[in-house]
Amino acid sequence: MKKPDLHLLGPLVALIALVVLGALLNSAFLAPANITNVLARSAFIGIIAVGMTFVITAGGLDLSVGSMAAFLAGITIIAMNAALPEIGENWGTILIGMGVAILGGIIAGLVNGLLITQARIEPFIVTLGTMGIFRSLVTWLADGGTLSLEYGLRTLYRPVYYGGIGWITWPIIVFAIIAVLGEWTMRHSRFGRHVEAIGSNDRVARYSAIDVNRVKLLTYLLLGLLVGLATVLYVPRLGSASGSTGVLWELEAIAAVIIGGTALKGGRGRVWGTVIGVLILSLIDNILNLADLVSPYLNGAIQGVIIVLAVVLQREKRAADER
Amino acid sequence: MKRRSLMKATALIMSMGVASGAAFAQDDEKVVIGVSIPSATHGFMGGLNWHAQDTINRLGEQYPNIEFVLSTAGDAAKQVNDIEDMMATRNIDGLVVLPFESEPLTAPVAAVKDAGKFVTVVDRGLSQEGIEDLYVAGDNTAFGRVAGEYFRDNLEAGSKVVVLRGIPTTLDNERVEAFQAALEGSEVEILDMQHGNWNRDDAFTVMQDYLSKYPEIDAVWAADDDMAIGVLEAISAAGRDEEMWVIGGAGMKEIVQRIMDGDPQLPVNVTYPPALISSAIEMTALNFVSNAPMTGRFIIGSQLITPENAENFFYPDSPF
Repeated sequence: MKKPDLHLLGPLVALIALVVLGALLNSAFLAPANITNVLARSAFIGIIAVGMTFVITAGGLDLSVGSMAAFLAGITIIAMNAALPEIGENWGTILIGMGVAILGGIIAGLVNGLLITQARIEPFIVTLGTMGIFRSLVTWLADGGTLSLEYGLRTLYRPVYYGGIGWITWPIIVFAIIAVLGEWTMRHSRFGRHVEAIGSNDRVARYSAIDVNRVKLLTYLLLGLLVGLATVLYVPRLGSASGSTGVLWELEAIAAVIIGGTALKGGRGRVWGTVIGVLILSLIDNILNLADLVSPYLNGAIQGVIIVLAVVLQREKRAADER
Repeated sequence: MKRRSLMKATALIMSMGVASGAAFAQDDEKVVIGVSIPSATHGFMGGLNWHAQDTINRLGEQYPNIEFVLSTAGDAAKQVNDIEDMMATRNIDGLVVLPFESEPLTAPVAAVKDAGKFVTVVDRGLSQEGIEDLYVAGDNTAFGRVAGEYFRDNLEAGSKVVVLRGIPTTLDNERVEAFQAALEGSEVEILDMQHGNWNRDDAFTVMQDYLSKYPEIDAVWAADDDMAIGVLEAISAAGRDEEMWVIGGAGMKEIVQRIMDGDPQLPVNVTYPPALISSAIEMTALNFVSNAPMTGRFIIGSQLITPENAENFFYPDSPF
């Protein structure tokens, strides 16, 4: 019997090592408040990265998610402020905002997906284009400044980010549910198997009577929907959106997916690995802030080294397995 | 896009000027002033863009013989292209430039000067001295010093302070060094200084981690009002509102509003006005329409906004 998935343990080992390191460096690291902070912070990128896992596994890529989140946050805030005089300061207005975010996400994902599958343009180019479009739109909507949610609505909406069951806040709960659903879909559903089949060889998948375009389109739709969901959780945190919201989220999400063991060329998806990848990325930041290990100028370098190391570890073990 | 709509606006104002009669008969010669600034990527630059537009619209009405060309650039390379385009196609007589970065912009701006144009450099100096006719800037050293002096005078001995820094740049270094210098000799201790990158989300994260790390914090120098918003949110989520106050900087209208209302968490603010671009454009225009000498260096001081004088710093129409 071959050793079960040994190469997949790489990211998990890295995560455990980081947790031990953090605990040794600062006793505040394992305090519930800090754990809540780190997990809740990871939720936005995490939810997006789960969707990104499907897109990348099917051989695609989406660079527009960070700008899309900023744009969705912008239109959500505008919609809620506009609905305020009509509906009043109640959950009705907030539900409208949530609806705008989710629906907007689905439409944005649909646009990306249709351009890629119907117009047959490379995903890199399509989403590079929409990335610029969404980013400019939010800057334009905010008139170069910041869009802010009305104060009363903010107070009402705030518990969606800060509240929850005990110290487990809503973003953590939603992230956990999405991760479990994502893992199940990838492993056990027909859609998940089709995604992997298309990513490994889309011609064979086509000959096997898989509707390749439909499945690819669905991966972008799913990602758009999840970006919308992340926005629903993001808006109550600061109650504002601007041109600098969600900058580089796309790269963090892609990095998390790759650290987690999903192949960038497609064909092999690991949703639980993605979750670990997201946690690794947020923990590095957290530990660097908690401990004065290096000059803050070098934070980016430390992150880079750990990302590359996590992937190198996997690579070597994978090569050993294939031998 | 921005440039085209602005040209339309100026063209409209022009035609209005012509229609309103021959009052400006002496305007035989047209003057074109190019304005090149970074695009609105964060709050401060958004405010600066707004003030630039506002000033150009106002001056366009006031002086129908002056035409303005505004361009905004997302990076230094695009800004160089913009300036070259202004020289080649718009035949500008004067240039107001806020360099994205000092080094890459030095040679192109020097070329404009060599062509005999009037050059105004705003806020970030060029890497070579003596190119510009007029230099208009905020005072980064004073920005740090004024804040530092407030901390020194209003904290008891043994108080603990955390600092959020901006994007690593010389500008940020000048501010932080002046802040530290102002605190020197006092009993106030700086616990930590990390980069919040003048960004709300980053500042929120850094502040959350400060709060986990330090059981006692008496005051926060957020050094920027966007960062102050993130910091305040993190403090309130941790339920430690009563424990510390926060000083931002630059005079964002929401923050100034709260200072006017006497919020104990935001006692004061330090200005670094985005409207400094208005001073630069106005002085450049005056160079062409008046005999007032407009060359030299014009440094805009950083002032302390207090509840008493906050009204003077409140611009409800600006996006910042």
